[in-house]
Amino acid sequence: MKTRLPIAVCFVFGLFTLFQYFTADPTLESIYKEILDWMQIIFVFTLLVGVVSLAKIHSEKLIKKRTDWPYSILTILGIVVMAFLGFAYGTDWGTPFLWIFMNIQVPMQSTMFALLAFYVASAAYRGFRFRNREASVLLITALIVMMGRIPLGHMISDIIPGTAEWIIDHPSVAAKRGILIGIGLGSITTALRVILGIERSYLGGKGA
Amino acid sequence: MISNIMASAQADGEAVSAFLHPERIPILIGTLIALIIFFAYTYLARRGGLKIRKVSGLDAVDEAIGRATEMGKPVLFTPGWGGDIQRPTTIAALNILNLVAQKTASYNCDLIFPTHDPVIMSAAEETVQNAYINAGHPDLYKPDNIYYTTSSQFGYAAAVDGAISRIKPATVMLLGTFEAEALILAETGNSVGAMQIAGSDSTIQLAFFLVACDYTLIGEELFAASGYLSQDQEVISSIKAQDIMKIIIAVILVAGTIAATLGFEQVAEWVV
Repeated sequence: MKTRLPIAVCFVFGLFTLFQYFTADPTLESIYKEILDWMQIIFVFTLLVGVVSLAKIHSEKLIKKRTDWPYSILTILGIVVMAFLGFAYGTDWGTPFLWIFMNIQVPMQSTMFALLAFYVASAAYRGFRFRNREASVLLITALIVMMGRIPLGHMISDIIPGTAEWIIDHPSVAAKRGILIGIGLGSITTALRVILGIERSYLGGKGA
Repeated sequence: MISNIMASAQADGEAVSAFLHPERIPILIGTLIALIIFFAYTYLARRGGLKIRKVSGLDAVDEAIGRATEMGKPVLFTPGWGGDIQRPTTIAALNILNLVAQKTASYNCDLIFPTHDPVIMSAAEETVQNAYINAGHPDLYKPDNIYYTTSSQFGYAAAVDGAISRIKPATVMLLGTFEAEALILAETGNSVGAMQIAGSDSTIQLAFFLVACDYTLIGEELFAASGYLSQDQEVISSIKAQDIMKIIIAVILVAGTIAATLGFEQVAEWVV
């Protein structure tokens, strides 16, 4: 029953969603919109499950003084303070909730994003080394594309930006489309396997 | 009489277009063809003996878990920030998670699963718990190892980054839908010396994974993983059906290209 019910629910809703995509029937479209609304409602409840799980894990870590427990104080403090401020003063402009969000969370997020530049540099260093034939092709291609995108490339020769554009527009797009076709077909067959109950691994295996 | 037949046909056409989106009919035809191929191969699967080509990234899963077990360190598996439970990539990631969890249960190796989505967390809890039961080691299942971090993209990246830096897992599996956090996670995994297996449906992030990870599942390999790892004939049959669909698409593309080259623009437009 524990497996059959989710598979049955998946089959009915999966088939309905697939069918309604093709139909122009207003009744079916309104049912579909209703389902989407319900999904939003369910998501809000599951968010609560996530926050409870997070609070539980960090409370236990704090109480049992496990490794790195001081970080848990910050996490719990963050959850409690932000929830209190949100409920007490709202989330509009000028409220303490939004002030903390704009002055603590946003800069921290920007810092994480900024790290990406350094990671790109270190990954590029490893990826573009002359290790073998493929890596050499990658290095030369990357050099042409990068040179074609900066004024120095234009100054050296107009062939460089033209070649860079050609690489981006043709071989690169062809490779991307090849991968995307694979991804699209993979998505379709995975969806069909799930709808038809052939794929049950996500429920813990065939015998689950 | 002819006018009556014409009027009847027109009325039928209008009834169909009132019930079906006319612009989606070609997609419907494509879907029906896909379904026929899919069912034909599922029927063929009963005979058994279907095989798929070797995928080095998936062959490395055993090696990666074995390495973690030998080192006495955990395996960290995360499905990325970009997906939700409706996305086939997430389902594919959960399918792989199930098989990975069965192996970590057998080897008595810890499996850590941080995620940004509470629904994925609940599904992963169920998946891993059942995998541990199926592997015959329900006692080894640790519910605290599957946890929600935050829905914020870089908050999630920071949380997973922190976990990788502190725990120093022997193996990191980045399988699912990744966006800008992909390289941040992959480079952190690389910096702690973890063996990394990655796969995503984003062509942009795949480029980052290729340079930062040991093995990368490209395109449909991520979706084929559960069939490849479990050797389930029904799942493999659907992968075979996928290959047939790919051949059909390739033929259509070549036909369209030839038509366009020969100047049959209308035919090319209709085909492509």
